[in-house]
Amino acid sequence: MILLELFLTFFKIGAFTFGGGYAMLPLIQEETLAHGWMGVEELMNFMAVSESTPGPLAVNLSTYVGAETCGFPGALCATLGVVTPSFLMILLVAKFFAAFQESFAVKACMDGLRPAVVGLVASAFWGILPTTFSAGAPLAQLAAAGLLALGAFYLHWKKVHPILIILACAAVGVVLGYLGVLSL
Amino acid sequence: MEKNRAALCVQLFLSFAKIGAFTFGGAYAMIPLIRREAALRHKWVEEKEILDMVVVSESTPGPIAINTATFVGQRVAGFPGALWATLGVVTPSFCIIFLLSSVLRQFQEIAAVKYAFWGVRAAVLSLIFSALVSMAKQCPKNTFSYVLAGASFLAVAAFGASPVVVLLACALTGLAAALLGRGEGKA
Repeated sequence: MILLELFLTFFKIGAFTFGGGYAMLPLIQEETLAHGWMGVEELMNFMAVSESTPGPLAVNLSTYVGAETCGFPGALCATLGVVTPSFLMILLVAKFFAAFQESFAVKACMDGLRPAVVGLVASAFWGILPTTFSAGAPLAQLAAAGLLALGAFYLHWKKVHPILIILACAAVGVVLGYLGVLSL
Repeated sequence: MEKNRAALCVQLFLSFAKIGAFTFGGAYAMIPLIRREAALRHKWVEEKEILDMVVVSESTPGPIAINTATFVGQRVAGFPGALWATLGVVTPSFCIIFLLSSVLRQFQEIAAVKYAFWGVRAAVLSLIFSALVSMAKQCPKNTFSYVLAGASFLAVAAFGASPVVVLLACALTGLAAALLGRGEGKA
C-alpha cells in the first residue's frame, strides 16, 4: 500500500525535524534514497525549485515526492503525513504553553538536539558534495567549487537573496554548458 | 457565536494562505508576514506572543511554518481555527508544486536545463552551507555541543547511522547531562 507508506514516511520526517527547513534534509535524504523515490541529484534540483517557489520546503518536497510516486492521492497523503505530527504536537503544547516554555526536560532535550541537528546537516552536506563535484570534466569540477565558495560568501555574508544566487549559478551553468566546459 | 467562529476560520484560512503563497525560502522569511497579518492587521495575538510562538515552534518537531500556523489558529479559534490556519498555509505550496511536478521531470531532459541545474546544485550546496553556519551559531558554545555535533556527524557520515536514532540519542544525552549536572531540577 504505497499511499500508506508515503503517509507514514513523511509522518516520520515531520516528527523528527527540529528547526525546520534544512534541518529536515538528512531525514529526507535517507528516506527518499532508501525508498528509491528520488536520487541525490534530483533531490538537489528540487531543493532549488522549492527555494524558488513559495511555501515551506517540507510541504513542497512531500507534495512533489507524493505526486511523482502516486499522483494526486500520493501528493495528498505525503503532505498530510508531514503536517500531522506538528499539528498534533502544537495542539498539545498550546494547552500547556507556560509549562512547556519553562520545562526543564524540554530545555535539556533541546540542548542535545541543537548540536545533533548541526552534525546531521553537516553529514548531509558531506554526502551531497560528491554529486556536484563528480559531474563533468575536471574544469567543471573546479568551476563548481568556485560557484559554491562564491555562493556561500554572497549568501551568508553579503545577505544576497537565495533566489538570486540560484539564478546566477544557473546562468553560469548554461554559459559553461554551451561553451562545452561541462561535458555532462 | 458559532457563525462568528466560522467567519473567523475563513479569515484564518485566507490569511495563512496568503502567508503561504508569499513566503519564499522557509520559515524565517515567514515570520514578518505572520506578524503583519496576525498581530498588526487582525489583532489575533500580541506582537510579543509571536516571538514566543516561534521559539516554541522551534523546539517542537515539524516545519516552523506549520507549527506557527497551528499555534495562531488554535489561539484564535480553538481546534477548527488550528485546522483552517494549517490548511491555509499548506494549500498554496501544495497546488503550485502539484502543478509543477508534471512538467519538472520532462524539463530536466533539455540540454539548457541540464546545464542550468548543474549550476543550481552548486547554489544549493551553498544554501545548505549557509544554513549550517546559522544553525551552528545558535548552538551553545561549549565542549558538550561540539562533542555531540561531531559525534552525530561521524555516526551518520562514517557509520551510516539513521538520523532518527542519532536525534533520539542526543535528546537523551542532553537530558541525562542536565540531570547529572543539576542533580535535582524538575520543571
